[in-house]
Amino acid sequence: MMRLTMFRADMSATDRVVPPSGHTANLTVLTSAAMAFLAVFALALSLASGRLADRWSEALARSATIRISAPPEQIEAQTKAVLDALSTTPGVESYRALDDAEMKKLLDPWFGPDLPVDSLPLPKLVELTETAQGMDTEGLRLRLAAEAPGAVLDDHTRWRRPLVAAAGRLRFLGWLSMILIGGAMAGMITLAAQAALAANGQVIRTLRLVGARDAFIAQAFVRRFTLRGLTGAAAGTVVAMIAIALLPATDEAGGFLTGLGFTGWGWLWPLFIPPLAALVAFGATRHAAFRMLKEVR
Amino acid sequence: MIELQNVAMGYGGSELVAEMTLKLVPGSFHFLTGPSGAGKTSFLKLCYAEMLPSAGYLNLFGQDVRTMTRDDIAHVRQKIGVVHQDCQFLDHLPVAENVALPLTVTGRSVDGAELRELLSWVGLRAQAGALPPQLSGGERQRAALARAVMMSPEVIIADEPTGNLDWEMSLRLLSLLVELNRMGKTVVIATHDLNLIRQAKAQVSARVLRIANRRLHLAGADL
Repeated sequence: MMRLTMFRADMSATDRVVPPSGHTANLTVLTSAAMAFLAVFALALSLASGRLADRWSEALARSATIRISAPPEQIEAQTKAVLDALSTTPGVESYRALDDAEMKKLLDPWFGPDLPVDSLPLPKLVELTETAQGMDTEGLRLRLAAEAPGAVLDDHTRWRRPLVAAAGRLRFLGWLSMILIGGAMAGMITLAAQAALAANGQVIRTLRLVGARDAFIAQAFVRRFTLRGLTGAAAGTVVAMIAIALLPATDEAGGFLTGLGFTGWGWLWPLFIPPLAALVAFGATRHAAFRMLKEVR
Repeated sequence: MIELQNVAMGYGGSELVAEMTLKLVPGSFHFLTGPSGAGKTSFLKLCYAEMLPSAGYLNLFGQDVRTMTRDDIAHVRQKIGVVHQDCQFLDHLPVAENVALPLTVTGRSVDGAELRELLSWVGLRAQAGALPPQLSGGERQRAALARAVMMSPEVIIADEPTGNLDWEMSLRLLSLLVELNRMGKTVVIATHDLNLIRQAKAQVSARVLRIANRRLHLAGADL
């Protein structure tokens, strides 16, 4: 019995003129899924390293500490000298000496709450915050050496500079990876589309013979590969998001590794990957189809 | 509708046929004969712009073929029904869908009754759901003819349509082409079957073209 309903000039009719599938169908779906999976992780890496860089940058800008270790009878005098020096140092936004209670709180995690702070020769600590422009650290060090010999500027945040730079580079590499993944996906889909076009050379010649325009023929292939790209990428994205969700929760001990993932609205970012993959598949197939069609008169 | 003036054609720089001048007028019936390799198929390919002339002027439906875009060519082919010797079907689609293909590719819907009528006309109503590889040689040729006339084209070109058919089937196909010509269609048939030409000339006013010695001749004498 004739299936006349399928003769409607709709998309299914367009699709049907090309044979159902070949090995390229599975290849395209699998490639898209794998690439989307990798892209989600690259995205998570970029976002996590971005958060890390921001956190470290914030910490970097927060404070420095001056530790004053001197004989008990000189400690007050040297502390005053340090505070005087800070009051005239450009680039210092605020500063204050930590009192005994704060010192005790700092030492609690290591020595317990019963530590007799009064009876111990603890150094005095001065916390300072830099302005956005920063201060002349070396100049301050030299000045402290002259005016308060027991004072040591503990620039404890400086070690984080290379880490922040590293986090920034990691973020860049994450985005670069996504671009490369997109490029690789476009390349693979182009190859798969070319294989499909070559395998259907006779179909294309027949379609041209009966008056099909290039746009019609290309549409049949483009639509198919776009859907395959979208389907594969959606599957890969879902699997990757589940995998990321199942990673151990963020904690201090885990550090960066357990921070790999998405937070809040960040979970929406991976949802852009399937449409982007479909767009890449669309462009790659369309380009391959029109290039191939030029060879068929 | 199809006009050639001093047209030459060839492959890879070598000229196969030259100085072809011909004007196909609406409603005419032409046979194209000549020895194998003379260029009959190439001549037909010129007529539906699958080949370009290497020299001369070729006009298809009022357009110089050299200035036609690919979309123009597609549009012209919608006015020309072609029956190839090897038929060129989409083997994954049933006969009915293959016959309806010219409509499908132009985005037009198919009238089921018309399609059934067309398939009945070529005697393939029962084979509508069959795949092309399941058809016999004669059935394939008739299906190709049905596809060629699906768009109600102005010109029907058939390249050795009876080459693989027995005499009875050849006559049946010829009668379909003659019927189309009587409906006002222009028909061009490439064949080396002189009996077929004699049979046709008994039914319609057919002119015989012959490609020989790298030239296109209009055969004057009766065959």
